[in-house]
Amino acid sequence: MDEGISFLSSLKIGEKCVVKGLNAEGKERRRMLDLGLIRDTTVEAALKSPSGDPVAYYIRGALIALRSEDAAKVQINILS
Amino acid sequence: MAKKEFTVAFAGNPNVGKSTVFNNLTGLNQHTGNWTGKTVSNAFGCLNYRNISYTLVDLPGTYSLLSGSKEEAVARDYLCFENHDLVVAVVDATCIERNLNLVLQILEITDRVIVCVNLMDEAAKKSISVDINELSKQLGVPVIESSARSGAGMSELKEMIYNMTVNERKTYVNKITYSEEIENEAEKIYREIRPKCKNDAIARFISLRLLENDREFNESLSACSSINYESKVHNKNYKDMIAEKIVKTAEEIFLKTVVFNNLEYNKRDRRIDQILTSKRTGIPIMLLLLGVIFWITIVGANYPSEWLSALFEYINTSVRNLLLNLGTNESIISLVCDGVLKTTGWVVSVMLPPMAIFFPLFTILEDFGYLPRIAFNLDKYFKCAGTHGKQALTMCMGFGCNACGVTGCRIIDSPKERLIAIITNAFVPCNGRFPTLIAIISIFFSASLLFPFSSIFSALLLLLVIVLCVLMTLAASKLLSSTVLKGKSSSFALELPPYRTPQIGRVIVHSIKDRILFVLWRAVVVAIPAGFIIWILANTDVNGISLLKHFTSALDGFAGYFGMDGVILAAFILGFPANEIVLPIMLMAYTSNSSLMEYDSIFQLQSLLTANGWSIVTAICVLVFFLFHFPCSTTCITIYKETKSIKWTAAAFILPTAVGLTLCFLISSIAKLFMCGG
Repeated sequence: MDEGISFLSSLKIGEKCVVKGLNAEGKERRRMLDLGLIRDTTVEAALKSPSGDPVAYYIRGALIALRSEDAAKVQINILS
Repeated sequence: MAKKEFTVAFAGNPNVGKSTVFNNLTGLNQHTGNWTGKTVSNAFGCLNYRNISYTLVDLPGTYSLLSGSKEEAVARDYLCFENHDLVVAVVDATCIERNLNLVLQILEITDRVIVCVNLMDEAAKKSISVDINELSKQLGVPVIESSARSGAGMSELKEMIYNMTVNERKTYVNKITYSEEIENEAEKIYREIRPKCKNDAIARFISLRLLENDREFNESLSACSSINYESKVHNKNYKDMIAEKIVKTAEEIFLKTVVFNNLEYNKRDRRIDQILTSKRTGIPIMLLLLGVIFWITIVGANYPSEWLSALFEYINTSVRNLLLNLGTNESIISLVCDGVLKTTGWVVSVMLPPMAIFFPLFTILEDFGYLPRIAFNLDKYFKCAGTHGKQALTMCMGFGCNACGVTGCRIIDSPKERLIAIITNAFVPCNGRFPTLIAIISIFFSASLLFPFSSIFSALLLLLVIVLCVLMTLAASKLLSSTVLKGKSSSFALELPPYRTPQIGRVIVHSIKDRILFVLWRAVVVAIPAGFIIWILANTDVNGISLLKHFTSALDGFAGYFGMDGVILAAFILGFPANEIVLPIMLMAYTSNSSLMEYDSIFQLQSLLTANGWSIVTAICVLVFFLFHFPCSTTCITIYKETKSIKWTAAAFILPTAVGLTLCFLISSIAKLFMCGG
């Protein structure tokens, strides 16, 4: 099950993961926490925009689009 | 004596139907839309219920009070420092977990709260059931279920507002308890600041924020209260622990109160999204949708336009006869009929129909939830331009009204990116500019084609024009972000809200009514004085030539470099108060300079313009300058209000003008070269 730590930006569409931590500071970190990206939250990659970035994720029942560089700040464990 | 007046604040996440609830209670027509950031400042309304008068305050929609965007600060500072008797927290029944985060934060500030679980109809469609009683028990405050769009639950909400205020119904909020360490530290601060706070709850809320040591909150605090506290503990983990605890509590309550009876509840939305945002179809469908809207606008506007112009013709003749019979002075008759009535007639008959068609269609797309998808599709390009992803949203707002677009830029947190979005907003044409664009395109580019090809061709050209505007917005943003407003683009999260069946009938009735009132109002306040001034200018002679002629002749030389003439430039300058009157002023000036001419069809417009020396090059230059010139006075004032800076307001004025003049200069120079060569 556990494939080691990777980042949300590497999650493929349809895949699910569990949040392990955030590599963001200050306001940015707070904003991510407020989205519900706290430890042990399950997140699913749902949609790719036409150019492949941003990607929309299901986070706690809401569909939220994140740019790849922001998604790269979320540490995850991919669920298989 | 019991209190007879109460203040009720409405808070909630963006696009949960908060404004719909608010409008339903107040009877106001605040514009609502299915996307983030519709309410960008506090709106006020009144409600009278059982002989008690309530002032209702609609706070900006936010997901949190703690992550430091400008809107959040507005909502938080209101809840913390202003006087209110009650807060109604509106939440989306289909997305309760995310919404509870905000509700729990509000409950930390006050226990005078009613939670209104809205969009119950949408939840029912998705087989999501919400245990209202359990939710009320968990939160310790009254919970009302509603579907504000159909009015369901509104009378219960009013009754509960009455109960909470007049009858002072008790609440039993379960305060969140944080870790021992946080509680101890917070307690220390609490003891120090309590005497300076309104009540215990606010003192606790402020203590927790001080413990988090949030710089922006500290600024608000010193601005809104006498508390001056320097926190001695600096533990970065406190912030995380507090945020996590609230999210966790929201999750616990959610699990106890909401049941998904169909785990594939969002399958339909996913399918629609796969079509509207996919690599192959996303952008083509976006262009097609816009093209269809333009086509409907162009085709649909013709007939009402002709009726209205016939009506104004009739009014004009009647008034003239009436005044003649009364023996009024001839100059005054001319001033009233040829000046004021004619300009007003043009503004209403040429401008109103396209606006009254385009705007509701655009609103239907908005209602459906499509605008955030446009932002999602286009974000990559905005990222390349070094700007914030939400700028695509504020740009879309600009299609409706640039002043609204500028205010809407508050949804962008980073000051630099916000400035870029504000300065470049006028690069997309607002609703008031569309009719003129349509008129010029139909006259000069597609009039020779037969129906329905002419209108399809017009729509395509208009679409091309809009694509050009978006490209220019990106280019201008890139220019700003790589020179004066340098900086890394900040993080953003764009919510793609669930699709909702647009209430087509309601939207059409409401927004047509709004548009008609709006245009008529503008006609009164702008077109009438403009008609008056133009007539005076055209009929006051100095050295045998009218003032208007002097003015336009003076501009002729300069305008010539840009493929236009003095009248056109004068119209742009005199039309500064509103873009709608630029074309009517041009027509006024032309008709008063030459022989009088009645306008009753678009073809007559063409002959009038060509008779005054318009070539296809003139038309292209006017079109380009119409797209890229200084924003109207309302927008400029709004830019000043938002930026508090003359410098940036000037930048927003000069940048599009410079772009427009440069393009016009290039176009006319190239055209001249060809003509000489040929």
